Amino acid sequence: MSAPFSKRFDTKLRLAAAAAVAVLGAAGAVAAYVFHPRQLDTGYTPVQPVAYSHKLHAGNLGMDCLYCHTTVTQASYAAVPMTEICMNCHVRVKEKSPKLQAIRDSYATGKPVAWVKVHRLPDYVYFNHRAHVTAGVSCVSCHGRVDQMTEVRQVQPLSMAWCLDCHRNPAPHIRPPELVTKLDWQPEGDPAVLGARLIREKGIHPPDNCSACHR
Amino acid sequence: MNELIQLNLSNLTGRKYWRSLNQLADTPEFRQWVEREFPEGASELLDSGSRRTLLKLMAAGFGLAGLTACRRPVEKILPLSKGVEGYVHGRPLHYATAVQACGAATGLIVECNDGRPTKVEGNPRHPFSLGATNAFQQAMILDLYDPDRARQVQKQGVKSGWAQFESWWLEAASKLGDGAGLRILSPRTASPSLDALKAEIAKKYPNSVWVEYDAVNFDRVVEGARLAFGQPLMPQYRFDQADVVVALDCDFLGLDTMTAQPVKQFAARRRPEEGRELNRLYAVEPNFTVTGAMADHRLRARASDIAAVALALARELNVSGAELKVLDGAGGRQKKFLAAVAKDLLAHKGRSLVLAGPRQPAEVHALVALINQALGNLGQTVSYTRPPFAPADSLAAVRQLAGDLAAGRVTVLFALGGNPVYSLPADHNWAELFRKTAAVALAFDENETWKAALWQLPEAHPFEAWGDVRALDGTASIQQPQIQPLFGGRSALEIAALIAGRPQRRGYDIVRSYWTSQWGADAEKKWQQALYEGVIEGTRFPAVEVKADAARVLAAIQPALKAAPAGIETVFYPSWHTFDGRFANNAWMQETPDPMTKLVWDNAALLSPATARRLGVQDGDVLELSAGGRQIHCPAMVLPGHADDSISLQLGFGRAACGRVGRGVGHRVEGLRAEANFWFGPAEVRRTGAKYKLVTTQEHHTLIEPITGLKRNNIVEEFTVEEYRRRAEHGKHEPHPPTDLFPEFDYSKGYQWGMAIDLNACIGCNACMVACTAENNIPVVGKEQVGKGREMHWIRLDRYFSGEEDDPQAVMQPMACVQCEKAPCESVCPVAATAHSPEGINEMAYNRCVGTRYCLNNCPYKVRRFNFLNWNKDVPEIRKMVFNPDVTVRMRGVMEKCNYCVQRIEEKRSQAKAEGRRPIRDGEVLTACQQVCPADAIVFGNINDPESRVAKLKRQARDYAVLEELNTKPRTTYLARLRNPNPELV
Repeated sequence: MSAPFSKRFDTKLRLAAAAAVAVLGAAGAVAAYVFHPRQLDTGYTPVQPVAYSHKLHAGNLGMDCLYCHTTVTQASYAAVPMTEICMNCHVRVKEKSPKLQAIRDSYATGKPVAWVKVHRLPDYVYFNHRAHVTAGVSCVSCHGRVDQMTEVRQVQPLSMAWCLDCHRNPAPHIRPPELVTKLDWQPEGDPAVLGARLIREKGIHPPDNCSACHR
Repeated sequence: MNELIQLNLSNLTGRKYWRSLNQLADTPEFRQWVEREFPEGASELLDSGSRRTLLKLMAAGFGLAGLTACRRPVEKILPLSKGVEGYVHGRPLHYATAVQACGAATGLIVECNDGRPTKVEGNPRHPFSLGATNAFQQAMILDLYDPDRARQVQKQGVKSGWAQFESWWLEAASKLGDGAGLRILSPRTASPSLDALKAEIAKKYPNSVWVEYDAVNFDRVVEGARLAFGQPLMPQYRFDQADVVVALDCDFLGLDTMTAQPVKQFAARRRPEEGRELNRLYAVEPNFTVTGAMADHRLRARASDIAAVALALARELNVSGAELKVLDGAGGRQKKFLAAVAKDLLAHKGRSLVLAGPRQPAEVHALVALINQALGNLGQTVSYTRPPFAPADSLAAVRQLAGDLAAGRVTVLFALGGNPVYSLPADHNWAELFRKTAAVALAFDENETWKAALWQLPEAHPFEAWGDVRALDGTASIQQPQIQPLFGGRSALEIAALIAGRPQRRGYDIVRSYWTSQWGADAEKKWQQALYEGVIEGTRFPAVEVKADAARVLAAIQPALKAAPAGIETVFYPSWHTFDGRFANNAWMQETPDPMTKLVWDNAALLSPATARRLGVQDGDVLELSAGGRQIHCPAMVLPGHADDSISLQLGFGRAACGRVGRGVGHRVEGLRAEANFWFGPAEVRRTGAKYKLVTTQEHHTLIEPITGLKRNNIVEEFTVEEYRRRAEHGKHEPHPPTDLFPEFDYSKGYQWGMAIDLNACIGCNACMVACTAENNIPVVGKEQVGKGREMHWIRLDRYFSGEEDDPQAVMQPMACVQCEKAPCESVCPVAATAHSPEGINEMAYNRCVGTRYCLNNCPYKVRRFNFLNWNKDVPEIRKMVFNPDVTVRMRGVMEKCNYCVQRIEEKRSQAKAEGRRPIRDGEVLTACQQVCPADAIVFGNINDPESRVAKLKRQARDYAVLEELNTKPRTTYLARLRNPNPELV
């Protein structure tokens, strides 16, 4: 009885299998690259209901981040400011500007302005601003140079691996807590040296266990 | 199932613990529960579907998930327009308030997240909470968001409004004259503002009648004091001062109290560490209650025999000096028991306490008061104050009301809250009587009373309305709303103001003006203080000096103390699920097992094994019970330790008009409950031949070694005080450290979390289970799924019996994940979804879990729970408001379990760091179960700190680890149960 398949067929089959593995592997690699949060999420710049410019307010006018984002030292959320805070100035400044109509409406009606969330974490991630800001992690480490952005965009992938990079080597990102909102601040010398000293002095040890972020 | 096999227990050595009669008899059904992780078919998706279908669905699901994941969901941030004082987004606010049930208030502190109340805690400043709550108060928060609440003012089912109702009332009121046709029916309330309004109504309508009625009430307690001392009084107990407590049909640790105070006080005397002598508890009771489970000695007696027992005890104590008659019903054992009890009481004069339950007639309460007086306990362990509510015989009042309604003498009837049509005595057809008049029902849900009324008004939840309430000792609190009424409901107080014709009708104005008029100067300051503290200073009633002429009172009440007729009797008890029906639509309560029977989603006619054998009844046999020409049907369940010839029935089931959760759940026993047998009375029993499926969790998660067949008898450790004293002299038994295959972790640094659970304090009240459900977003699965072993509770209460089936002892053991240092679950997880934290917590990363369930199979403590279905899929929007925002809501296919409330640890850690990186203080992190526990049985903390409470407890000689031989090194250890037996009764 002759073999059901010739030797040539066997070789072909092996080549085809190898090709299939290669193609699938390449496809997987491409997918992993394309769907990585670095590609998918960084650069996300949604259109906001009010054309608020961080560049103007935080950059040119030099307003401190904490003027508006008041809760970062007290709570896990960095609250987007209440309309009232906008109106602290805008009752006198540009009080007729059509661009601010939505703000004035919100103030008059009590209805919130529907800002679009830029930095979004999955529901099962519990990030805590208070813990980071009081430890001396600057806003710039995660949000980038917001003071230079007309429209806020996401500059970091905010993926778990990216979080862990810093949690396992925090020294380059730690600065004196009073300087966290100085986005352009640079220490003299290597930031990692200063960071390492602060970490030692204050006993900072970022956790890398699951329930630090997932509960 | 459940053949009631008589076992010869004498050939077993050592103390044997068992959870059910099935286990005692080692039936095949029981073996199945033990040997299989789930009963047959439990792993199947649904009855109709199969595992194969699930795989198909999953394949499709993954495909779709891949596509949708490409698009980033757009989320909006909606900041407030204007700020709210003290509010920081993401940080909860806490407000003090108080709620009441059956005329007894408990102070609470409610946590509100972004304006939504999400969690209830006890108010440490309140004398009847002392920081703890019971299970019902925990579950109240779910009622607030019940989608089946009454939402709309209706007139005979037709949509109407408050304005229409008010104009109807003004018209009706103008014709009332002196109010001879006006009746108001409400639950028992102890509210100063409402009392003021009642007085106004009585002035405006002098012939109107206000009737107070609760299906579960303390009338007879107050009435008994009137018999003994000539004035209606409320006894105030000091269990922490009593060395010997005798409870006569009184479940004072369970459902015969509405507050945490007795448990707190009692448990304080069960801790040998604190240097005080252990108290001794004797219980005489028909049903096997949690108080009976805590008792050092327990005597089974029918409810109607309690009078005989009390009289015999009074005779032994020589209470009156005169010879007392003896009633039938005292057997040989009972005589010996009572002689020993009397001796013990006499040896502890002034430091003992005898009390009777609310079911017992007033004469028994009077007798008990005389016994306490003779023992010199008045002013020591029991004192009397005036009751916080108007004392009245509510049964006589509702009888009068029924007569008036039937005779057509009532033109307008207000039913302000509660559900009277469902719960009033069965002597009358109340729905029909209500239809004879213009009935106005203020109801929380569209219940039986709502359906029978002309006007149907939605009632505000206590968390939505202003009010004030008095605790049993008179301490007043402001009931402060946590949220605006979700469905435009109003409170009974506001309706009463309308009836009284007050111009101000907002709850806030009514309460505020009442207290301002009381305070006079600096009222504003006192108001703010009352709101902040949750307790109004100086409102406690002073103790009344009482003294009775024992011989004279005894002579008067003795004729009323009757010998009980032989034969079967029924006793009505509140239910651990629905209380008196008010929690029938509360899924958390329905699914929390009864502490003794472990029944879920049902009530049953409980009877003793001997009675069951005599009647030929097995679990689930439907019985027909009849008394006074009325019949009900109820499935039977055999409860070891129940008194013979007595059947215990739980109120609050079989609600015909109820929301989706409670409709038709269980069997309505109120149909048998007339005035004559309101608490207990003789009944006829007949087997109907029908069967009914009862679901009980008593055999679920039984800890028995399946492979070797080893019977584990070291799960519960129990000593007598004497044994413990000897053991303590030798110091704690430290096991020889065994060799480990796994590398040692370094646990010497930082916080190392651990827990100690005191079995000697735990009464098994379920408060921890419901608190855990609320804190950790634990889903409810329903009766059918619990029957498959799919209940999701992270902490369960295992109830173990020991001894003979007719008269066993019981021990409660709370069991949640014990956080093994060498966790068997971790080593089998293929995706590292469960891992160890450096602080010793066995963590669950839900987003990593793929649902292999290997961990569950490998867990010797059986504490892991798997989401077989997406229990949160069809949760109504409003119901989602109860979710704790700090805890992930889990989806299908994910494993979950206790994690020591890691969200609370992380919150305190973050707070401690923000406050200058200080260490977390001992007692700063409270787990949800610990915080709620009325017995303080659960202590959590850092075991690396030798001064922490938990570390100190773990050094006690009675500290032990469950299944220690497995070398899992659990972080949760238990403190052994101690019994303090009377040497004369051993």
